[in-house]
Amino acid sequence: MAALIVIIISTIFVNNIVFSQFLGICPFLGVSGKLSTATGMGAAVVFVITLATLITFLIYEYVLVPFNMQFLQTICYILVIAALVQMLEIILKKTSPSLYQALGIFLPLITTNCAVLGVSIMVIQQSYNLAGALLFAFFTAIGFALALIIFAGCREHLEMVDVPENMRGMPIALITAGILSLAFMGFAGLV
Amino acid sequence: MNRGKIFTNGLFKENPTFVLLLGMCPTLGVTTSAINGLGMGLATTFVLLLSNITISSLKKLIPDTVRIPAFIVLIASFVTVVDLLMQAYLPDLHAKLGLFIPLIVVNCIVLGRAEAFASKHGLLDSALDGLGMGFGFTLSLTVLGMVREFLGALSFFGHPIAPADGALVFVLAPGAFLALGFLLAIINTIKKKKQA
Repeated sequence: MAALIVIIISTIFVNNIVFSQFLGICPFLGVSGKLSTATGMGAAVVFVITLATLITFLIYEYVLVPFNMQFLQTICYILVIAALVQMLEIILKKTSPSLYQALGIFLPLITTNCAVLGVSIMVIQQSYNLAGALLFAFFTAIGFALALIIFAGCREHLEMVDVPENMRGMPIALITAGILSLAFMGFAGLV
Repeated sequence: MNRGKIFTNGLFKENPTFVLLLGMCPTLGVTTSAINGLGMGLATTFVLLLSNITISSLKKLIPDTVRIPAFIVLIASFVTVVDLLMQAYLPDLHAKLGLFIPLIVVNCIVLGRAEAFASKHGLLDSALDGLGMGFGFTLSLTVLGMVREFLGALSFFGHPIAPADGALVFVLAPGAFLALGFLLAIINTIKKKKQA
């Protein structure tokens, strides 16, 4: 139980994937304009990262390692992720139209979200077992969703503020992210 | 568009980092020092050049409907080549850049140029475009790395300038966001002045 809590706190807060590891910055900056889209994107990412980690982990352990082909990791993973995202889109469309409505538009974007590939490679580098890998992936993705939602909340308020002309748009968004990242550094001593 | 313009397009007018805001993850993640920024930039340039050349020469063979998966497989192969080469010949730099080397695959600049330029233009133009975009990316990563290294550790490409401690926060994670934010604001100001 204690180990579980350590994983949860360290992946969500201490090593937050956006604020301390810089993965998934593109969707973080791209779809954080509105709170509702940020929530949808966050949910879609949690879903895809967990599933992608499960599948890539099994492929690595039972296909790449027995045949001694670890150098194919990058090619193999990106293909699996791209195929998985496509399949999810088709399955969701058929089985759960309401979920598809909510997540659908974000799914194609996720293929190029480096957080997905990043987490799948990280669980191999840090030699987790299957259960550990899944927990790590799930809570890292929760950390991503949390960062995205907090940031979207901040940006909605920024819309109404009188920002100096040359700082409008991306510069002020990046500086806001920097301040948020400073706040997350406060968790550093927790674990 | 003449050849010289294709090359300088990526360097300044459509600089991938400062103007198009693509490839933000490696930009923020590896620029803790100027050397790391330069290494990451050159690795990406290598992949961009090779992927642009192959995609432009194979553009008639690849069916339009499966072009994106085909591009991704080609790019992933070149990234694996770079990854293994760096592991063998530059182990220190490889260890520092770590996860960000395999992640060149999902760098939007590489796929973006394949789709927007190399799949529509000739071999030489595509090679020049790849080099220009790659050097533009390298330039911005090196500049950001230099700024962060100077503010954070008071050194220049690893050589200490002053016998004092810098503001460590610029080497840590928040400094990446802050430094890039202010750099973009400065670039906006310069652009406005030029237009006026």
